[in-house]
Amino acid sequence: MLGRSLREVSAALKQGQITPTELCQKCLSLIKKTKFLNAYITVSEEVALKQAEESEKRYKNGQSLGDLDGIPIAVKDNFSTSGIETTCASNMLKGYIPPYNATVVQKLLDQGALLMGKTNLDEFAMGVLLLSSTLECNGAISARCSLRLPASSDSPDSASQVAGTTGMPHHSQSGSTDGVFGPVKNPWSYSKQYREKRKQNPHSENEDSDWLITGGSSGGSAAAVSAFTCYAALGSDTGGSTRNPAAHCGLVGFKPSYGLVSRHGLIPLVNSMDVPGILTRCVDDAAIVLGALAGPDPRDSTTVHEPINKPFMLPSLADVSKLCIGIPKEYLVPELSSEVQSLWSKAADLFESEGAKVIEVSLPHTSYSIVCYHVLCTSEVASNMARFDGLQYGHRCDIDVSTEAMYAATRREGFNDVVRGRILSGNFFLLKENYENYFVKAQKVRRLIANDFVNAFNSGVDVLLTPTTLSEAVPYLEFIKEDNRTRSAQDDIFTQAVNMAGLPAVSIPVALSNQGLPIGLQFIGRAFCDQQLLTVAKWFEKQVQFPVIQLQELMDDCSAVLENEKLASVSLKQ
Amino acid sequence: MAAPMLRWGCRGRRWAFARVDGGSCHRRGAPTGSTSNQIRGESSVAQQPLHTAQKTRKGEHKWAAVVGLEIHAQISSNSKLFSGSQVRFSAPPNSLVSFFDASLPGTLPVLNRRCVEAAVMTGLALNCHINKKSLFDRKHYFYADLPAGYQITQQRLPIAVNGSLIYGVCAGKKQSQVIPKTVRIKQIQLEQDSGKSLHDNLRSQTLIDLNRAVGLLEVVLEPDMSCGEEAATAVRELQLILQALGTSQANMAEGQLRVDANISVHHPGEPLGVRTEVKNLNSIRFLAKAIDYEIQRQINELENGGEILNETRSFHHKLGCTMSMRDKEGKQDYRFMPEPNLPPLVLYDATSLPAGADPQQVINIDQIRETLPELPSVTREKLVQQYGMLLEHSFTLLNEVGLLEFFQNVIKETRAEPKKVTSWVLNTFLGYLKQQNLAVSESPVTPSALAELLDLLDSRTISSSAAKQVFEELWKREGKTPGQIVSEKQLELMQDQGALEQLCHSVMEAHPQVVMDVKNRNPRAINKLIGLVRKATQSRADPVMIKEILEKKLSL
Repeated sequence: MLGRSLREVSAALKQGQITPTELCQKCLSLIKKTKFLNAYITVSEEVALKQAEESEKRYKNGQSLGDLDGIPIAVKDNFSTSGIETTCASNMLKGYIPPYNATVVQKLLDQGALLMGKTNLDEFAMGVLLLSSTLECNGAISARCSLRLPASSDSPDSASQVAGTTGMPHHSQSGSTDGVFGPVKNPWSYSKQYREKRKQNPHSENEDSDWLITGGSSGGSAAAVSAFTCYAALGSDTGGSTRNPAAHCGLVGFKPSYGLVSRHGLIPLVNSMDVPGILTRCVDDAAIVLGALAGPDPRDSTTVHEPINKPFMLPSLADVSKLCIGIPKEYLVPELSSEVQSLWSKAADLFESEGAKVIEVSLPHTSYSIVCYHVLCTSEVASNMARFDGLQYGHRCDIDVSTEAMYAATRREGFNDVVRGRILSGNFFLLKENYENYFVKAQKVRRLIANDFVNAFNSGVDVLLTPTTLSEAVPYLEFIKEDNRTRSAQDDIFTQAVNMAGLPAVSIPVALSNQGLPIGLQFIGRAFCDQQLLTVAKWFEKQVQFPVIQLQELMDDCSAVLENEKLASVSLKQ
Repeated sequence: MAAPMLRWGCRGRRWAFARVDGGSCHRRGAPTGSTSNQIRGESSVAQQPLHTAQKTRKGEHKWAAVVGLEIHAQISSNSKLFSGSQVRFSAPPNSLVSFFDASLPGTLPVLNRRCVEAAVMTGLALNCHINKKSLFDRKHYFYADLPAGYQITQQRLPIAVNGSLIYGVCAGKKQSQVIPKTVRIKQIQLEQDSGKSLHDNLRSQTLIDLNRAVGLLEVVLEPDMSCGEEAATAVRELQLILQALGTSQANMAEGQLRVDANISVHHPGEPLGVRTEVKNLNSIRFLAKAIDYEIQRQINELENGGEILNETRSFHHKLGCTMSMRDKEGKQDYRFMPEPNLPPLVLYDATSLPAGADPQQVINIDQIRETLPELPSVTREKLVQQYGMLLEHSFTLLNEVGLLEFFQNVIKETRAEPKKVTSWVLNTFLGYLKQQNLAVSESPVTPSALAELLDLLDSRTISSSAAKQVFEELWKREGKTPGQIVSEKQLELMQDQGALEQLCHSVMEAHPQVVMDVKNRNPRAINKLIGLVRKATQSRADPVMIKEILEKKLSL
């Protein structure tokens, strides 16, 4: 039962094959068994069981609220949940219990979903881009800024004061390795597929410490779904934070169009790019969740009022011959692993062989996306983080000499180096003397990047097909060994521009690498053509028949839960 | 568009003015044409009134002062600018705070339609150009009563720009002449008020009340004023306009209207001087005082070889002086950034309104224009035309809170001539109020009582001196009507000719010497007799009647 898709288990609930409480208990027990993955920060067992009980009553009375009634879900710990601690994986918000639910959380609960817990992430979801990435970029914006920032004696005092930092920000890790609750382990580390491949490798190191990262920043949500502890999870996606871990964990990771889904209650990273993301095991499940979440919210003025086709039922495409698939030539970067490149190319061939038109398109400003993102992201971060001053909620230091001293110490203690580094950069970019040269310029570049997509779509392309990540997930030890800023910066090259343009995009697991690890490809659609995008993705998903993760070894000690669940034989498509 | 500008000097207070002609208030330079494109500089400098330092002789060292104002008016609305929480003055601290007001993470601003309409109304009333598209920005600074660490305002593209405010300054020997003046309005922007800090110095702690995060209209007045009185009059006029529109209660004492003044002095023909900003001005009187003090301080400072620092100063109303606030941070960089959670604010007019638009989702400027209430300038004009009163009287009627309404209620209920009513309201009634420092609403005399009194006077039932007596009685709040007072005190005019003749006769008999004087053609003696008779009637007789009788009896 646990290995099934959301739609399948929903059907089982409706048919009475299993009750919400049984389902909930199974998931809770698996959450406990897989605690070492560190997928959850908070497990809301009591809440979930109570919700299950209510759901059960509804089923008994024939008053099911719909497909999501009784379905265990998990929510990234940067969505506000009423009465449940919401930390953003930061010391700053440890112990913070919001008095309200994010709109998306409320909508899921209103549909009867069971909230299993809050999932792990990089601190404040900053797992996508590193502060120092600008050093490597020769984009439209001078790289000088980052060099000058921390060291320069003439940089304004106020900038370092407001950032609550005095030194050079350290290198940092991304990929859901960088929260105060520690890194998330990728369930695929323990899969039969991966283990077997590693046994063949004579150089394989100590297995226990050789686990893989999930990617970030919604790594906890990805691990939670991937390890069968829930059927869907909310992530957030600012530069790829949902699609990146989805690709590394063999899941569908969907980033809706900006404005389609409310951000109210999502603790922001970059307001103009953040979108609640959806992680599921198949495209249909993502569509069901999207159906529950999409729509205007009077509490979020950036949601659009256009009427939306609801529910998001996806037709099964029989024919792709009328489709035009665009392949952005700029996405063929030297760092792209040959395996990913080959799968990408095979996917294009697949469409072509089924009659679709596949054409090369150009997104000429792609290479400026990272540096542009850096300026816009850090600026908004500097602004958004200003509210964390220790006065009203979250962490407060012991220093009470003056309000200013309290601010500085609280923020120094509360934020990690990545967050402080971004605050510092952002404040620098927003200084009066720098605003035109950095922020305004970055906004112009953002417009160019968005226009690239508009031009591509105007040329007749329906969806773009790109890689999601450069390669498959890497072991944690390898990940932290090297100075990973180059890698991290480039890792988002395929996902980030989409956020700048506000477009919908979805990562679909395609195949396993030679190492036995999942590789995902990304489809990008026109703004607010989310349904069309998912329809194409669904067709593709059906063609590739991505294998199900085999977690027998992981589950050995929880055979009681899984003994009747022939996981290995559970197929995505029954 | 700025209206043609007239620049005038104003009454001297602490410093001498350069005298051009005999009056105390002078016109400098000819009225100029449109100044819409004029940047503050030479040409406007030439028109500034000239000030001389106290110690120097006239004309030796001329100074011109330049005053600009930034005015924050709290918008009258049921809920806050960006949240649905209620607005109520003097509610218990932090009792009206939504999650957004407390800046809980994840909350987003939602713009209050009423506040936008208030801004558009105010913009239209102040002859502004209303921007069909305006933007919101974040202004960052750390302060305990600013829980988000930034204030949402309209720095780059405000909702209204390029307006003008016409106000009248009293002039002439008796201050009885009203001279119209214009100050340009740079912009009107919508912004969020901060919370309120209450500093407890004893326990060295600060208490924060977040109730106050209501909508503000920031009205920026160009530096077209040159003294405290001009600034005060301009602010008073703005206050009246806001109150007439209902967009703000604009009560300075309650902080609904807050004024910061930018002040500099310079020699005419030279570039503008360094300016200071004066804050903490919580009444119009203090505003005028603070500006005049600051102008004189700057002149003295420069005369003595000092320099003016670009600083923020606070007005100390007990000491009557401005003092440096000594911002230890020096110049703040607010790191403005577009507010990403609010899309551009788009307004429509009749021509741009999209067909089939949801009226709840759009704001139509033309529709608001049609519903604008009567503005104070029009009210004054009407008063002048309808009741034949002097313009300055109409100013007084509007300037005193509630006085116009009082006046109109009296007019409604009395048969007396409007001129008589005007005179009684502005002289007697207002005089009593001022003397006892009362507001119109605290008056012991109701409009009906005054109307009844004026009716008695009009029907010649009582004399005007008796009327004054009745008024004084009314002021004692004994709950009697004028009619009751008149009959109790027997103040009716004596209509009985015979009785009056009898009285005249007795008086003449009792004062033979005065009668002799009259007969000896001493012209003042008859008045003395009239006075004696009136006294005998307890002022109830009409002096004209008494005079007639006496003249007849004395065969004059």
